[in-house]
Amino acid sequence: MEHIELFFKSIFIDNMVFSVFLGMCSYLAVSKKVATAVGLGAAVIFVLAITVPLNWLLDQYLLQPGALVWLGTEYADYDLSFLSFIMFIATIATMVQLVEIIVEKFSPSLYNSLGIFLPLIAVNCAILGGSLFMQSREIATLGLATTYGIGSGIGWFLAILAIAAIREKIRYSNVPAPLRGLGITFIITGLMAIGFMSFGGMLTGGDEEVVVEVETAEVKPVIEQEEIKTEAEVAEGSQSIADNTIKVIE
Amino acid sequence: MGLLSKKDANLILDPLADNNPITIQVLGICSALAITAELKASLVMAISVIFVLGLGNVVISLMRNIIPSKIRIIVQLIVVATLVIIVDLVLKAFAYELSKTLSVFVGLIITNCIIMGRFEAFALGNGPWKSFLDGIGNALGYGVILIIVGFFRELLGSGTLFGIPVLGDPIAKTGLYSIGYENNGFMIMPPMALIVVGIIIWVQRSRNKALIED
Repeated sequence: MEHIELFFKSIFIDNMVFSVFLGMCSYLAVSKKVATAVGLGAAVIFVLAITVPLNWLLDQYLLQPGALVWLGTEYADYDLSFLSFIMFIATIATMVQLVEIIVEKFSPSLYNSLGIFLPLIAVNCAILGGSLFMQSREIATLGLATTYGIGSGIGWFLAILAIAAIREKIRYSNVPAPLRGLGITFIITGLMAIGFMSFGGMLTGGDEEVVVEVETAEVKPVIEQEEIKTEAEVAEGSQSIADNTIKVIE
Repeated sequence: MGLLSKKDANLILDPLADNNPITIQVLGICSALAITAELKASLVMAISVIFVLGLGNVVISLMRNIIPSKIRIIVQLIVVATLVIIVDLVLKAFAYELSKTLSVFVGLIITNCIIMGRFEAFALGNGPWKSFLDGIGNALGYGVILIIVGFFRELLGSGTLFGIPVLGDPIAKTGLYSIGYENNGFMIMPPMALIVVGIIIWVQRSRNKALIED
């Protein structure tokens, strides 16, 4: 359950592009065609799924205050967290290089489609952002960190795919000349971000709170219903419909 | 401009308008959007980037002849990361509240495309003094947009500038609020940053037709 919640949260609610604006540079630069957008999106999912868990391990066993305790009690006071930027970016740059070499060796066709994007990814802020958010949100286990990495990757993929599709279509529209290209892309992204804000309330309420709300909402119509019953049965029918809609809304 | 020749002055002035890193070169968008809900955060971010980009450009330019081109990206990242750690520690020491608001975005200066972009495009091929000017110029161009966006978002969103109320008190209904003005809370939300930048691009390109795309 924890995993599913984090997964959907990182795709929709904390979407990399629409809620925290990470990876905007490549998002704007590589979204002219759907095919290239898919290539870059896939590469981002791949790299995030590898680097977030890896950096989680680094953070837990090397960087956090007191993380070096496994070396011996005398290391318990060390706090290397100021090194996290440099460690994370070094891991990311190395992993990207490594992934590039491995993919080139074992799957030349994948390399040909991803190849040009892999070096770009090292400086994609979505990747470093994934690791930094993983650190600042204090994600608890290695499994959750992997889920978070994959989820944010998919969220980014979704965003770039959507904007690329829209940009392909918008070529046929009559956009005001000064807005063409970059300007309209910004405004569309803004509108899409407003759309994604509607996911905001999806997972925020705890389970217990929801139950309480449902109970209070159900009690009121029942009292009203009893009053109405004595008057007419038709009114009761309409009331139960209204009751259902209330449930649906909640 | 006794100190700077005309060519050098252009290095600083060009990125401020016609070659602006955000609206024309499309570099460094991420942080420009995320932290502009308040003017103060925008200003601090702009200053941090001026520091990192100015100094980073000089360092890379000094090392440009000894960096093997195959590993230059890693070398560049290490240089930036070191400078960003300095900025981060200084912010944590002297402006802790602010460094909380900026949260991970200070760290994300490392992958701010504006920095890698200028390293690749300018510092690797030019001397230290020119690179310094180019770095300062581009960082200023970045800062200008940040401050414009921050100004409008904070003014329209919460009616304050640098946290000081300028439109009157929304609760006591003084100043503009007495005639029925309300803050537009939506301006503080992330999507409005995108739309404000979109509008800035629109205004800039309608003033200068040469910048219009296809």
